[in-house]
Amino acid sequence: MVRLLAIGAGLLFTLVVMISFVADAYNAATTDTPETAEYVFHEEARSPDGGWSFNGPLGKWDIAQLQRGYKVYKEVCSACHGMKFVAFRNLADLGYTENQIRAEAATWQVPGIDPATGEATMRAAEPTDYIPSPYPNDVAAAAANNNAIPPDLSLITKARHHGTDYVYSLLSGYQPIPNELKAEFPEFKTPAGLYYNPYFQYLNIAMAPPLTSSGQVTYDDDTESTIPQMAEDVTAFLTWSAEPTLVKRKQTGWPVLIFLLFATILAWMAKQQIWSAVKPAKRKD
Amino acid sequence: MSFPWAKQYSPGNDFTKWVDEKLPLPRLVYNAVGAGYPVPRNLSYMWNFGVLAGFCLVLQIVTGVILAMHYAPNALVAFSSTEHIMRDVNWGWMLRYAHANGASFFFLVLYLHIFRGLYYSSYKAPREMIWLLGVVIFLLVMATAFMGYVLPWGQMSFWGAKVITGLFGAIPLVGEPIQIWLLGGYAPDNAALNRFFSLHFLLPFVTAGVIILHIWSLHIPGSSNPTGVEVKSESDTVPFHPYYTAKDGFGLGVFLIAYMAMVFFLPNYLGHADNYIEANPLATPANIVPEWYFWPFYAILRAFTFDFILPAKLWGVIGMFSSILLWFILPWLDRSPVRSGHYRPLFRKFFWFGLIPCILVLGYCGGAHLSTFTILASQIATAYYFLHFLVILPLLSSFEKPEPLPYSITEAVLGSDKKAVLGENTSPAV
Ligand code: HEC
Ligand code: HEM
Repeated sequence: MVRLLAIGAGLLFTLVVMISFVADAYNAATTDTPETAEYVFHEEARSPDGGWSFNGPLGKWDIAQLQRGYKVYKEVCSACHGMKFVAFRNLADLGYTENQIRAEAATWQVPGIDPATGEATMRAAEPTDYIPSPYPNDVAAAAANNNAIPPDLSLITKARHHGTDYVYSLLSGYQPIPNELKAEFPEFKTPAGLYYNPYFQYLNIAMAPPLTSSGQVTYDDDTESTIPQMAEDVTAFLTWSAEPTLVKRKQTGWPVLIFLLFATILAWMAKQQIWSAVKPAKRKD
Repeated sequence: MSFPWAKQYSPGNDFTKWVDEKLPLPRLVYNAVGAGYPVPRNLSYMWNFGVLAGFCLVLQIVTGVILAMHYAPNALVAFSSTEHIMRDVNWGWMLRYAHANGASFFFLVLYLHIFRGLYYSSYKAPREMIWLLGVVIFLLVMATAFMGYVLPWGQMSFWGAKVITGLFGAIPLVGEPIQIWLLGGYAPDNAALNRFFSLHFLLPFVTAGVIILHIWSLHIPGSSNPTGVEVKSESDTVPFHPYYTAKDGFGLGVFLIAYMAMVFFLPNYLGHADNYIEANPLATPANIVPEWYFWPFYAILRAFTFDFILPAKLWGVIGMFSSILLWFILPWLDRSPVRSGHYRPLFRKFFWFGLIPCILVLGYCGGAHLSTFTILASQIATAYYFLHFLVILPLLSSFEKPEPLPYSITEAVLGSDKKAVLGENTSPAV
């Protein structure tokens, strides 16, 4: 009885899903969905030449690079993007001393309260403050950016697929619309206030190219601040901000794995030893 | 409830004697996972996964309880409290990665455990109850994982919760009130997050209770084995301790290596980038997908696209739930007297060339971007899934001629079973 009901139910499910199949296959065969420019011309994120110092199981931060990246962030990106999960005290990871951090924080303004009147004011930041957003709220952010909200950058490299490569590619990937695209999709346009970037999901992004010329940021070390270099440095900084514990994580992983490997070999030997009494010699058939 | 030759617990000193009289807990442990539990001597590594699943639950509870000390189940701060765990709590990043990947490895282990049961028909008499309780555990863990994924309150948390609770909306007439009641509102918000947290905390302990029942019912017939032939005599078994404790110990080591490699070197590989964006009810992600362990079922849900008498969405919901619930009647569908797939030539073909590819296709399609190809492929795989369990399996035993079984486990291992041949031990196992 159970089996009869089951067979009935099984055939019913099969029937219904096969009707769906036929309907969908018919639809697919009769209507052709046109290819979109977003699909054809979207480009996969790429790494800079030489890759990233922090990639791979032995990866490490390049502290000088993180410092340069912070500078790019501060001088360029912070005009539009905040970093609400990064406190100034976290900059200790970048090799700054307590006094340097205190001085650095003081160069930023954060919302505060006037101690005399209780009114909202701006005050110099302290090491415990978080990197502020340049806008008081999302409405203000959208109003200033052609209706797009510049996302908080704290987690951006984790919040995108292959995020580190993606951010690097996006920053260094602005270009004019390629001629093949114009030929293939004549109706494709980049409206005023948007910019063509093949790494962006929709090809047209509301962020004006933030890195526009060599020397835009003056580096403190003797690295030349070309556009790809600045893009690479700020992306390394954003990878750190998304996961400050990345290098510590990998460094912790090694001893853990080596210990486990050792313990597992011991466990294997113990198991062989215990079973040797009851395991028959290889069967001879 | 064990075999007559099972070793008996004997307390070694006055203290253990005293404990044994007042509360025979050491005796219970001795009989459950100690030398007092005789186990078939021929278990393969596929029999490691039960113990590993138990280990995973303990691991989730330990990491979860500590996470819960730092996490705040409030829609305003849930996302930042998770980041607080990642950044400010000592070793918080490790706990969270261990917990998130622990869920994935839990499912990996459960799936292997279930496949073992399906291939060796461990669900057949006398082990139906073990199997039924196993399905209950699986459902509980699924519910737990679903609600856990909502807690960090990222984009996928929010939209996943919205899609899955939206499924109840497909129920005719009462669907929408039920959905609102479940969520405590029209869309996932603070009320939903709070109750999900509460249940996510509770259900693992309920699961632990059902696992105790699962093992209790296992110890009545004892473990099955790769031949599917029941234990006949003492030479068929070895005591659980030290034989299988040692083997499980080694298995645990291999498991931990794989799991820790993931936690420390690829902790976000199995996750979705969108969950690092804070939940935003106004921005729908391009592709709402659950975690990988739900992909096959999600594919079944999306495979029904045609309003055949009932709305397609309702078919999808019925199909998805049935795809798991049908496991409850499996013991009564498969009537072949032979348990192990080793000795069932037809069953084996359908298993390896039908069911396994079908589940892999469903898994792929459930995680992929919707396209004509994934829809059509998942429809074929869905059809096969139901055919396999509900039509092929019940009919198979009528057509199949099983291969000859070994007389006993001992014979299967040693090539001959002298005692059995001599008829020395013919007392049936109880
Ligand atoms: C003039 C303001 C402005 C500046 C300066 C700026 N951005 Fe943006 N950014 C935006 C806006 C607006 C968006 C939203 C774009 C959209 O959604 O179309 C954005 C988006 C982004 C995104 C997300 C893209 C995505 O996938 O959604 C990244 C990453 C980014 N910016 C990085 C940077 C970095 C790094 C810098 C500094 C080098 C920077 N931005 C400087 C305005 C700015
Ligand atoms: C059946 C076992 C369990 C499973 C399968 C499970 C699964 C999950 C999953 C998938 C997440 C989301 C992970 C993420 O994306 O970060 C999660 C989060 C969480 N779980 Fe569990 N869990 C289990 C047990 C527990 C227990 C016992 C507790 C506490 C008592 C707990 C507490 C938490 C907390 C506080 C979070 C949110 C923090 C975070 O996102 O990391 N879990 N769980």
